[in-house]
Amino acid sequence: MRITSILAGAALALGLAGGAIAQDKTKVGFVFVGPVGDGGWTYEHNQGRLAIEAEFGDKVETVFQENVPEGADAERVMTQMALGGADLIFTTSFGYMDQTLAVAAKFPNVKFEHATGYKRSDNVSTYSARFYEGRAVQGHIAGKMTKTNKIGYIASFPIPEVIRGINSAYIHAKRVNPDVEFSVVWAYTWFDPAKEADAAKALIEQGADVILQHTDSTAPLAAAEQTEGVIGFGQASDMSEYAPAPRVSSIIDNWAPYYVARTKAVMDGTWTSVDTWDGISAGMVKIGEITDAVPADVKAEALALAASIASGDYEPFTGPLNKQDGSAWLAAGETADDGTLAGMSFYVEGLTGDVPN
Amino acid sequence: MLRLEKRPAPSRFWSASAPILAVVLTMIAGGILFAFLGKNPVEAIRTIFWDPIFGEFAFYYRGQLLVKAAPLILIAIGLSLGFRAGIWNIGAEGQYIMGAIFGAGAGLAFYPSDSFLIFPLMIVAGAFGGWIWAMIPAILKTRFGTNEILVSLMLVYVAEAILASMSSGLLRNPDGMGFPGSRNFKEFPAAHNDFIIEAAGIHWGVVFAFLAVISTYVLLSRHLLGFQIRLTGESPRAARFAGVNPSLLIVFCLGLSGALAGLAGLFEVSGPAGQISIDFNSGYGFTAIIVAFLGRLNPIGILLAGLLMALTYIGGEAAQGNLGLPAAAIQLLQGMLLFFLLAVDVLSNFRIRRTKNEVA
Repeated sequence: MRITSILAGAALALGLAGGAIAQDKTKVGFVFVGPVGDGGWTYEHNQGRLAIEAEFGDKVETVFQENVPEGADAERVMTQMALGGADLIFTTSFGYMDQTLAVAAKFPNVKFEHATGYKRSDNVSTYSARFYEGRAVQGHIAGKMTKTNKIGYIASFPIPEVIRGINSAYIHAKRVNPDVEFSVVWAYTWFDPAKEADAAKALIEQGADVILQHTDSTAPLAAAEQTEGVIGFGQASDMSEYAPAPRVSSIIDNWAPYYVARTKAVMDGTWTSVDTWDGISAGMVKIGEITDAVPADVKAEALALAASIASGDYEPFTGPLNKQDGSAWLAAGETADDGTLAGMSFYVEGLTGDVPN
Repeated sequence: MLRLEKRPAPSRFWSASAPILAVVLTMIAGGILFAFLGKNPVEAIRTIFWDPIFGEFAFYYRGQLLVKAAPLILIAIGLSLGFRAGIWNIGAEGQYIMGAIFGAGAGLAFYPSDSFLIFPLMIVAGAFGGWIWAMIPAILKTRFGTNEILVSLMLVYVAEAILASMSSGLLRNPDGMGFPGSRNFKEFPAAHNDFIIEAAGIHWGVVFAFLAVISTYVLLSRHLLGFQIRLTGESPRAARFAGVNPSLLIVFCLGLSGALAGLAGLFEVSGPAGQISIDFNSGYGFTAIIVAFLGRLNPIGILLAGLLMALTYIGGEAAQGNLGLPAAAIQLLQGMLLFFLLAVDVLSNFRIRRTKNEVA
């Protein structure tokens, strides 16, 4: 601790000195887990960064670092940005959680925003999107479109966000097609085109004709394109280069409005630590264009479902719902609270296989 | 015309100066690359190689240099012994992971005890984890003649799968709301590899790295075993006549490099990284191979090479953040370093002769 305080003191002094020069420009830093050209998760965060530049022009300066491993390196990268005079730093992967808190403690005047985490402090906010709302729409389309009644799901890591997505897609597929079956493959990666392609091929060989993915590359869509009649969805980004088929729709993470609003708050001095979890209604989750490969009536139903989620008339996790082991979870008409959703580690009834642990 | 002529013995002058020349060539080629990317090459090279040591924020970066270099040096030292004897352990990354898992597991088993014995126990467990993982290729090679390059490399992927399973299962933080990843060692003081001197970046891993450098230097220059390692690499047949037991040497070299890689993993997980997580490993085991060769398989050379490699990482990050250089350009720069070293190496084994053009 002893030297930490010296470091913090030095940083503070530098921050004060640097403040005079950088007064007119707000500096916003971004820590990315993948390359900005991944076409998915990091790409969309980078779009948010560009939106800040477009909105504020000369009044902001943005810096970013890509491919930052989730360990000691992340801590150094954040420290470097803070030392370099950043006023606001977005750390855009779950694995940066403890590092963000540690660096934030050393730089009390710098604001931090950590994506998808659950630990906050006076200068650390968290934000995430309700991707599971998009999964409900996706599940509906998948359930209607499958002819083999087999849906393949490429999952990344067994964390609540991914499990929520699987459950939400399954519930809404099952509702429109009681015979539907899900096969989940755990890829243990967010971005590995080769591995994702292998997973997609294996699922297609097992008879799946709809591939859902919670990994970031376009490789599963490229694999789906090889087989006639197999469809998939864009993940994180629109992936419209695979439209109208195999990509029939997509879930788009739209961070730009949030990033612009938070930068504005720092400029105005109104920034406070908050926990944001927005979905379709706030525009943080968008449903990419549903192509003509989907019949018009299915498309209309899917859009109506998205609209009812946006208006708040419908919650994707509404009872009656049981857990996989058959025990009761939600009674008829009851909706899940955010606490349960945030820590979700169980499958709903009907899904086969286990959540790995 | 120029012609290469083999030297009777490698040139001492060139083998000592090749790394320096390689660094200079890397700077020049890197500068040209950065210029093509539309950046000021002088500024970029200064940001990468100069600023972390002498720049405005050097007070922070100098410490980070040791934090980044320590695991590289520790692993590379172990690898260099095997490489000298022609035993190719390519799977240090896997041994690094297993050391971290064993070490972290030993500590977490006693959470939240505050016994002073916990950290020493974790060090032993970390070294054991790396050692046992390296014993697999060692025993397969000595018993069945399998290729240690393939076996040790393949075991990296097995270790990664075990790491993923551990972070989302057995070692998962019970208070972590279902998210993968172990408890953070920063909140477990008895098991935390805290900085001994934070401003200098010195933690126990750095201390062990320096100890490894010194003891390997002594081993190679003063001990019979060191002589046997060098002899086996230079002339396996002569080594047999000198009474070297090749199986024993394989077990020793793989075991030691595994144990050192395991130690590196333990010190990283309990210190700078702080927790076991799915993406805990970030390629130190593979980068250490470059460090070992860049350091000419010599302990002092490896110490310097580890620091240089750490500098390119830290300076490279600064160049990304401050100048907007893409990450791939930095990786290219690191690749060039090894490329130029191998290229310049030609000069230590060959002489360049000018031949007169023959008139037809």
